[in-house]
Amino acid sequence: MAATSARTLTRVTVVEGKLALRDPANVFFALLFPPLLLTVLGLAMPWGSQPYSEDDPLLGTINGITGYTPIVLALAVATVALSLYPTTIATYRGQGVLRRLSTTPLPPSRLLVAQILVNLGALLGAALLTLVLGVLVVEVQAPAQPLVVLLAFVLTAAAMFGLGSLIAARAPSAGAATGVGMTLYFVSLFFAGVWLPLPVMPDVVQQIAVWTPLGAGSQAMLDGWVGADLPVQELLVMAGWAVVLVPLSARLFRWR
Amino acid sequence: MPAPTTHDPVIRVDHLRKTYGRTVAVADVSLTVGRGEIVGVLGRNGAGKTTTVEMIAGLRERDGGTVSVLGLDPERDGAALRERVGLQLQESALPARITVREAVEEYACFYDHPLDPDDLLRDLGLLDKAGTRYAALSGGQKQRLSIALALVGDPEIAILDELTTGLDPQARRDTWDVVEAVRRRGVTIVLVTHFMEEAEHLCDRVVLVDAGRVVAQGTPAEVAAQVGAEQTLTFRPSIPLDAHVLRVLGSVSAVEDAGADVRVRGTGNVVQDVMVALADAGVRPHDLRVHRSTLEDAFVRLTGVGPEADAPATTPSEV
Repeated sequence: MAATSARTLTRVTVVEGKLALRDPANVFFALLFPPLLLTVLGLAMPWGSQPYSEDDPLLGTINGITGYTPIVLALAVATVALSLYPTTIATYRGQGVLRRLSTTPLPPSRLLVAQILVNLGALLGAALLTLVLGVLVVEVQAPAQPLVVLLAFVLTAAAMFGLGSLIAARAPSAGAATGVGMTLYFVSLFFAGVWLPLPVMPDVVQQIAVWTPLGAGSQAMLDGWVGADLPVQELLVMAGWAVVLVPLSARLFRWR
Repeated sequence: MPAPTTHDPVIRVDHLRKTYGRTVAVADVSLTVGRGEIVGVLGRNGAGKTTTVEMIAGLRERDGGTVSVLGLDPERDGAALRERVGLQLQESALPARITVREAVEEYACFYDHPLDPDDLLRDLGLLDKAGTRYAALSGGQKQRLSIALALVGDPEIAILDELTTGLDPQARRDTWDVVEAVRRRGVTIVLVTHFMEEAEHLCDRVVLVDAGRVVAQGTPAEVAAQVGAEQTLTFRPSIPLDAHVLRVLGSVSAVEDAGADVRVRGTGNVVQDVMVALADAGVRPHDLRVHRSTLEDAFVRLTGVGPEADAPATTPSEV
């Protein structure tokens, strides 16, 4: 069957990728915003080159902008997973694009996979740009345990795309997806420490944050960066979100 | 009403039924479509036309009755049928930024034996728009692209729903030409419409649906004749006319005085008979008009409402 072949998935992914690139807002927020944010903060903020924490011996080994890098990576994940991806699918649903596709032999999962691949591609681009600019321009230090950071990053993406898929599965229109997605986006960013880094937050906020997918992701990447003990709880929390949300979204998915 | 037998039916629907809560969308629809035919499903808005074809296409589950499309059950064999049945639906669109060529080429690769996208675009007059984005197309161009996408899999059956709604008269006629060209390829076409003129122009047979039931079916002329095969001649006689000259004719059923005009009703060869009788009496009919009952007359009579009237949701005909 042509509809289920790898060639078809490739074609659908390429088309979705081209469509995403034709929207300048997509390109800016998904690809350019995270590296620009880190670079501008690193250049403008005096705390960027000072130790991340005076009190914590481990956190004191990195400068402020390095401590903020996991937060920016978490923001990059949330931007594609909670904003672009579910909004695109909901727009397709609202306009009848999904309804049109449902009359063809293409299985619905293929379009979702193609969209996730395109957004993962954008995320990888954003993360690499962030790291390259961070290291070259604003003295971001290399992580102590790169594999832990990588694992934490992958699990963050899995959990957040699961959350985005839940919105994508049901949101009836772009407006609905934007409303729900943006609410979750800003709540997630708060727990990831975008406005106030986790180590300086009240204990109770830190305890809640570790159960949220993006809060756990931000903390786990930071642990890997400074070479703390393996962040088992955070990694399990993210894996748990992904394992629950991905099949749930697949069950709830509606063409119209 | 029993469906007429058709040679080699590719669609056979028997006692199809669909309800939403207490609302009966489709009460009892039976129809057959023969290979190579263009069959129109007619009815006012909310009559159950779209629900019927969506069940034929396997997009909705039926509550009762049987459907066989190319020998398959759309609910059980949906995947196989989507390969062989092309659909053009209402309320469906493409991403705003996709180009015509990208859309046709993408849809082509969903099918095992697609048509050549360039040939298809040329046939539908879209080749010079191949690089244009969907959002920049006119209504007629969007419809032609939608037809192209329904045909790109080289289907045996194409179901086209409200094909020309919202198009200007020229775009509508262009679209009709496209549908006739599609039929010449041997594709069987089910056309859902509420434009009687469109049905008379394109359809070999029509199925008139009202309140979820088939109220008439046959060729457009047969259905029109169901409300009376009467013809009406209206003319202004050149000299005063003795109505008796016409009343004695066997094909004339009534002669009426309509001011300066005379109106003659009748059946069969009434037009020729009246002309001969007038010539014998030395009367010239000025300003002659002949009206034959049309599909639209049948529609109005059988559904009790004009086809263009926007009707609310179908009233439950049985609960």
